[in-house]
Amino acid sequence: MPSGERIGLRGRVGAALGAVAGALAALPMRLLDGPMQACQRLIGAGRMPYVFLVPNFVVFGLFVFLPIAINIVFSVTGGPALFPSERPYVGAGQYAYLFDCGSYLDPNSCREDHFWRGVANTAKFVLFQVSAMVLFSLVTALVLNMKIRGRGFFRAVYFFPVLLSPVVVALIWKWILQRDGLLNAAITTLGGQKVLFFIDPSWAMFWAVFVSVWAHMGFYTLILLAGLQAIPADLYEAAEMDATPRWRVFRRITLPLLWPNMIVVIVLALIKGVQTFDEVFVLTGGGPGTATLMVVQYIYETAFANQVQNFGLAAAASVVLGLVLFLLTLAQLALARRKES
Amino acid sequence: MRLFKPLMLALLSAAAIWGPARAETATIRMTWYSDGNEGEVMADLLKRFEEQNKDVKVVLDQVPFKAINENLPVQVASGQGPDIARVVDIGGLSRYYLDMRPHLKDAAYWEQNFGPFLEWMRPAGDTQSIPGFMTQLTVTGPFVNKTLFDQAKVPMPGAKATWEDWAKATKEVAAKVQVPFPIALDRSGHRFYSLAMSQGTKVFGANGEPEVVDEGFKRAAQLVYDWHASGVMSKELWGSVSGTAYRGANDEFKNAQVVLYLSGSWQTSQFDKTVGNAFDWIVVPNPCGPGGCSSMPGGAALVAFKSTQHPKEVARLMDYLASEPVLSEFYSRTLFVPGHLGLAKKGVAYPSASPQAAAALKTFTASASEISPLAYRTQGYTNSRIIFNAVISRLGQAIAGETTLDEAYKRITSDVAQQIAERAKK
Repeated sequence: MPSGERIGLRGRVGAALGAVAGALAALPMRLLDGPMQACQRLIGAGRMPYVFLVPNFVVFGLFVFLPIAINIVFSVTGGPALFPSERPYVGAGQYAYLFDCGSYLDPNSCREDHFWRGVANTAKFVLFQVSAMVLFSLVTALVLNMKIRGRGFFRAVYFFPVLLSPVVVALIWKWILQRDGLLNAAITTLGGQKVLFFIDPSWAMFWAVFVSVWAHMGFYTLILLAGLQAIPADLYEAAEMDATPRWRVFRRITLPLLWPNMIVVIVLALIKGVQTFDEVFVLTGGGPGTATLMVVQYIYETAFANQVQNFGLAAAASVVLGLVLFLLTLAQLALARRKES
Repeated sequence: MRLFKPLMLALLSAAAIWGPARAETATIRMTWYSDGNEGEVMADLLKRFEEQNKDVKVVLDQVPFKAINENLPVQVASGQGPDIARVVDIGGLSRYYLDMRPHLKDAAYWEQNFGPFLEWMRPAGDTQSIPGFMTQLTVTGPFVNKTLFDQAKVPMPGAKATWEDWAKATKEVAAKVQVPFPIALDRSGHRFYSLAMSQGTKVFGANGEPEVVDEGFKRAAQLVYDWHASGVMSKELWGSVSGTAYRGANDEFKNAQVVLYLSGSWQTSQFDKTVGNAFDWIVVPNPCGPGGCSSMPGGAALVAFKSTQHPKEVARLMDYLASEPVLSEFYSRTLFVPGHLGLAKKGVAYPSASPQAAAALKTFTASASEISPLAYRTQGYTNSRIIFNAVISRLGQAIAGETTLDEAYKRITSDVAQQIAERAKK
């Protein structure tokens, strides 16, 4: 049989299957047709968009706005009871307790010093993590944008850790870094002394940042790579014809045109950094002492791990964290709008 | 229409036959954690119970220890908890317990055999209720790697040796045989109190309210702090994590990296299995101090929750599990110190235990008789875990170098007061 006829037969079968699938898909639509027309007659065509928005509003309301509202209610109540109706109203007491400080720069002077240690550690973590993330993502994206051998392979390799669960990532690194881990085995093989990374505050913070960058860098590299590939090639050709030095090309062409993507990377990394919990919690447990205790871990421990589960205080801390994240999101939106204009 | 009537008749008949049978089967959920083989043993006992009681099905949910402390309280507070659970914060959850007396076969048997421990399970002011029984009585005590002492040719301190004697000896051993942990102490407030009791802490003030930081407490805290500074203890347990996180040194002990490991009787079964013939280990009596040689009692209780839909069946199951022959088998197979007064008096045989484990259990049982009334009172105090957790968290910070000991003392006092006040808010 000639190939043209075979394709013709396949095409006919495909068209028939498509028609059946289309008819099946149209069936529920037809079922909805009547009620929709009735609804339109009742409320008018102008209000119909709201009907289509209702399902989303319900989902958002139930899973986003309602929990936020419950959280705010919890933050103005006290005691160990779980149900809001059983919790005594304490007004702004939980917030007053959180913010009762001699100096916000000295956690020791605060009544709830663990919260402020968490704030200070999170700020430190975000500063180092975001800087390292942007720098390494940019360098990796620039390298992966070059015409190098095995480019596809390397792009996959750098993205692979993003697919792993944060707990798995932290456990793998914990095994590498512990007293009898791989790294110490290598150090002792080379004649060095074992290093107890998790009892030294500086090392613990360093590894918390390192592991976080290692795990998430692939995602940000991808954003920057997309930005790099969107830069028109003729700009580089013109620069080449003018014999412009590489560094100048990077500074005058690449960086300005990549800046919108950089803003996205910085803001996203910032928001994710503030929310950090699982990786650091599994890797260091917040220690040594409270050297890597982050705000989210503080909230979790206050609400669930302490003997008296202080839901009110944890809720107040999470409202404060939520406000910080809200401000960061507003900043992202403002920057994105500026990019559009 | 012709088919409708026969179909309805068939459905109704099926409902008539199966409906009552299904309604008669009560499903009981039991939440359980294990340190050793007790989960297997309990599963075995429950299977036998189900064979004798066809109308009851028991689902055993085996969970990590952390879930018992962190998830279970939220579950029971929301009314979504299991019917029965094995708990360690025995007093802390007392307001959720079911008083099984109306459904028990013989409440007097329970009073007679679990009496002192029932007090741990009752809310303040309650002197009557029977919510459960002890699946094990635990006693804190030091496991010592005897092989390391032999290799180092250092004499082991004697029966009434002090903590300082042990610190000196273990440090010498560790230096000679090159192991990193002369002494390891579980990162647990309960274990710290084993040391603090021997240093003479009083825990409670004259008014009966907790006064945690006293001279005895300070002596114990100073010892732990100094041991970390001098290398007798490694910061890997107390200094490496934050907050109230528990850290044990089981793996380090099994790998012969610890000379003396202060833990408790619940580890016996595990070490018996995992250490095997790798080295000789023994349990020695609790070291002494100016306050005596008392260890800390403790344990896990199997309790029923009042949110259960099947109180009668729950009580029947508890009657079965707490009966002398069943409980004797449970203690015997799990190598647990009995929390049943009758069995403790008669003695439990441990045929599956190796000579090392049998000797360890003998030492723990002897230590149990030396436990001071204050240690029992501390363990049974409703807010004891608030105290224990404040101690771990703040002492941990001092050990890690974040605060001084004096700052830690102030924080422990304020943390305990704040949490007790929070718990009292209604």
